[in-house]
Amino acid sequence: MSTFRSIVFSSVIAGFIVGLIVTAVQQFGTVPLILKAEVYEKAAEHKHEAAAPPQVTLVHDHAEHDHGAEAWEPRDGLERNLYTAGANILTGIGFALLLCGFFSVRSGATGEPISWHEGLMWGLAGFAVFTIAPGLGLPPELPGVPAAPLLSRQIWWTTAVLATSAGLGLIVFRRSMPAAIAGVVLIMLPHLIGAPELEHVETNVPSSLSHQFVVAVTLTSLVFWSLLGGLTSAAFAYFDRPASA
Amino acid sequence: MSQSPAAQTQVMQSQVTHLPVAARQVGRLAQSLMAMTLGLFIVGVVGFSHIDVIHNAAHDVRHSNAFPCH
Repeated sequence: MSTFRSIVFSSVIAGFIVGLIVTAVQQFGTVPLILKAEVYEKAAEHKHEAAAPPQVTLVHDHAEHDHGAEAWEPRDGLERNLYTAGANILTGIGFALLLCGFFSVRSGATGEPISWHEGLMWGLAGFAVFTIAPGLGLPPELPGVPAAPLLSRQIWWTTAVLATSAGLGLIVFRRSMPAAIAGVVLIMLPHLIGAPELEHVETNVPSSLSHQFVVAVTLTSLVFWSLLGGLTSAAFAYFDRPASA
Repeated sequence: MSQSPAAQTQVMQSQVTHLPVAARQVGRLAQSLMAMTLGLFIVGVVGFSHIDVIHNAAHDVRHSNAFPCH
């Protein structure tokens, strides 16, 4: 089996399983908090609509929100959760493809298959790169909490991810003092620059709810990355066997 | 189909084993990079697309993964 096919097979299987498990975990962790926050979000929107003339609200909606009134969205309940499951599975497959690419390069260079334990370590690296690092500057946010313009946050998030992965790479694979120092500096750099934030945030979403959400997102993400690292490496070691034998 | 799947696999394997080691490594690297690019593209669409319909479908996942949302 070609390397690409082995990677895709392993990633689809691991991503599917992890996506389903994480969807179940989210139903107890993050989703109830999102639904609670939306009650506050909707209450604030109604208050806003009542206070402002309709055409002003419309302009505001288009400028500030992605929730266009006319755009399709899944109905609450089963439909919404099915789309969440689908998006989780796709996210799992996407990140599994990324991990598996590294596994393939590593096992190609060493001639040894990747163990589940090494896969778990790569998964934890993914947790550090994609959750911890961007989450320091841009903590997980509930609906209804105003934030800086979307594009600027997406750019900072991407920068933090790139800097952290490059920094960790320098520390882990270069094994020299200057590279380690450069790695640490690189990891710190986006945080020294600072994530985009609003000067004044006004929300009626309680801060205790926001704090619970940060914990829930971080723990869910830890489950996601640990499982994804372990399962993807095990699946890849299985599918890649004939080619390396 | 003229060949059995097992015979086809054998042909593919013999082609792979006849390649020099360096060429095999390059092929492996290129295929790995291709897979990683595909992975990042999928995550990008699910987590970062500004298209309303994609945003609404993946809304809870974006919040749960702390991808920038709204």
